[in-house]
Amino acid sequence: MTNESISARGDLRLTRITKSYGDFTAVDDLTLTIPKGSFFALLGPSGCGKTTTLRMVAGLEEPTVGSIHLGDTDITTTRPYQRPINTVFQNYALFPHLTIFENIAFGLRRRGIKDVKEQVDKVLSLVELPHLAERKPTQLSGGQQQRIALARAIVNRPALLLLDEPLGALDLKLRRQMQIELKWIQREVGLTFVHVTHDQEEAMTMADTIAVMNEGKIEQMGSPADLYDNPETAFVANFLGQSNLIKGKIDGNDGDNLVVDLYGQKISMPKKRSHAIDNSLYAGIRPEKFRISRLATPVKGNVLTGGRIEDVSYIGVSTQYVVAMPWGQELMVFEQNDDGVAPFDKGDEVNISWEPTFTFGLRGDEDIEAGTEVNPEEIEAE
Amino acid sequence: MNQKIKDASIPTIPLNARFSRWFGRNLLRIYMVIGFTYLFIPVAYTFAFSFNDSGKSNLIWKGFTLSNWQNPCGAPEVCNALGNSIKIGLLATIFSTILGTMIAFAIGRYKFKGRSSSNLLIFLPMATPEIVLGASLLSLFLVFSINPGFWPTVIAHVVFCISFVVVTVKARIASLDPRLEQAAMDLYANELETFRRVTLPLVAPGIAGAALLAFSLSFDDFIITNFNSGTLITFPKFVYVSAARGIPAQANVIASAMFFLALAIVIAAQLVKRKKTR
Repeated sequence: MTNESISARGDLRLTRITKSYGDFTAVDDLTLTIPKGSFFALLGPSGCGKTTTLRMVAGLEEPTVGSIHLGDTDITTTRPYQRPINTVFQNYALFPHLTIFENIAFGLRRRGIKDVKEQVDKVLSLVELPHLAERKPTQLSGGQQQRIALARAIVNRPALLLLDEPLGALDLKLRRQMQIELKWIQREVGLTFVHVTHDQEEAMTMADTIAVMNEGKIEQMGSPADLYDNPETAFVANFLGQSNLIKGKIDGNDGDNLVVDLYGQKISMPKKRSHAIDNSLYAGIRPEKFRISRLATPVKGNVLTGGRIEDVSYIGVSTQYVVAMPWGQELMVFEQNDDGVAPFDKGDEVNISWEPTFTFGLRGDEDIEAGTEVNPEEIEAE
Repeated sequence: MNQKIKDASIPTIPLNARFSRWFGRNLLRIYMVIGFTYLFIPVAYTFAFSFNDSGKSNLIWKGFTLSNWQNPCGAPEVCNALGNSIKIGLLATIFSTILGTMIAFAIGRYKFKGRSSSNLLIFLPMATPEIVLGASLLSLFLVFSINPGFWPTVIAHVVFCISFVVVTVKARIASLDPRLEQAAMDLYANELETFRRVTLPLVAPGIAGAALLAFSLSFDDFIITNFNSGTLITFPKFVYVSAARGIPAQANVIASAMFFLALAIVIAAQLVKRKKTR
């Protein structure tokens, strides 16, 4: 049993996993396949069940219902040390009483590997810290500890590497650098990485596939571009970047397009980008997809008229406008500063236009505030 | 550079103001000196009188001699009593440290029925007056027809030492990050290896501290020992008994030696700790 599970390789499959603590359901009927060799991110706000999911895969928690397979091997109830899975913990969890060398050698020694020194040296040079082998963890900076934690896990060449908010404790600049490095290391060692984070930018920078989690369920799964360009739920639309969601009604068909009525103004959008279940829908447009134009300027594509500039924020690469629409909604518009200066002023009467193919459609019964109230600072503080 | 140029135009600070400033700055230092003087006068007295050429009673200074230190077993029974105290102390330390550490892990790490009440009950021997504990233990031994002596004393010492061990070790366990053990398990260490390679080394300083505390508590216990040791003489009992007819200077020698030994252990521990963190 032990030998069988420890040598298991292949895709990770979670089948109908539920984890409850008393009345609280942390993970709710989750089914998920993580292909071998991928860089997979579980993204969601705190308390969405992503860390619980990770701990069940690591063997630190047991699911209430459901099964976990690695390749063809059922690992649902095997002990953590019987799984070919290693974890980079959130606070790194380096052993304070052991040197960096012994920290990294820990897993190798437990498995009775012979060429410990050679392998540790190799992984230390992979993370570019060979000179720190004889130090103790407390003598290292946060960024160095992070790399040692990574080295300690990958030296074992696990079938699966779990990363639990691995960059959460680093400052912004170091985090950006480590994101690129992690991605590079993943390609270099060719292991499956499962990365848990609440930082959408981090997930999008690193992962091939992202599963957005909310309240114990997966909201949507796909490539970063899929999720951003065509979110299926309001939660995804708001949690990944910002979205303008405008209430409307489907008013008919026009070939492959739908005609949608937004407060009396007709727009069109591709049928296949609508996730509505009846004829009520929210039309979603990302702020940078909008164009602002003066009333007299002719425009192509979808147009909404009657806007008035409420607020202008110049932030260098772009200018962010808040445009008040006749039905009382305020829309966010990001304009690239191609021509140098912000050409619109507060109070200007404007039209808003965009390419129909950039529109996505959400169900009309969605809570359009979902995913917006999540305060990243709050999560960091935990 | 130290030469000050007198300049009449610079106003001088009046003497009393300067004194009160100096006093304010050094208040803590003065307080510390007074505090330590108070603490160490008895120790200094004991040490000084270990060199007294005392004869029978070691109350009045009669002249300096090294003979007490050269012959610490000179007084009748003193080394026998010391030997008993060390033997009892070591045994009580071993048993109470092992049992107490196990209790500390149980209370500190696991949730079970009666956990909070055991957590409270473990304080009872600490809170019970020694005179009551000693008397009750004696009557308990007598009920079971066990005569006071060496082993009853060891058992009695284990009883009151356990609480201190539990409290000390538990504090150390509480400060231990459970993720370290999870990391060890994640890195292919089974339960036993995790305990041996990660948990135990990290809790060890707490256990060592608890053992030292247990030994010193056992070594100088008089009240409980007096009830349960019968005719066996321990060092505190020896001192108490001889107080009536004059404590021999050898008792001062042993007390001073114990003090310096404890001091050496503390200093050594600090040095090791400093070396580790560097």
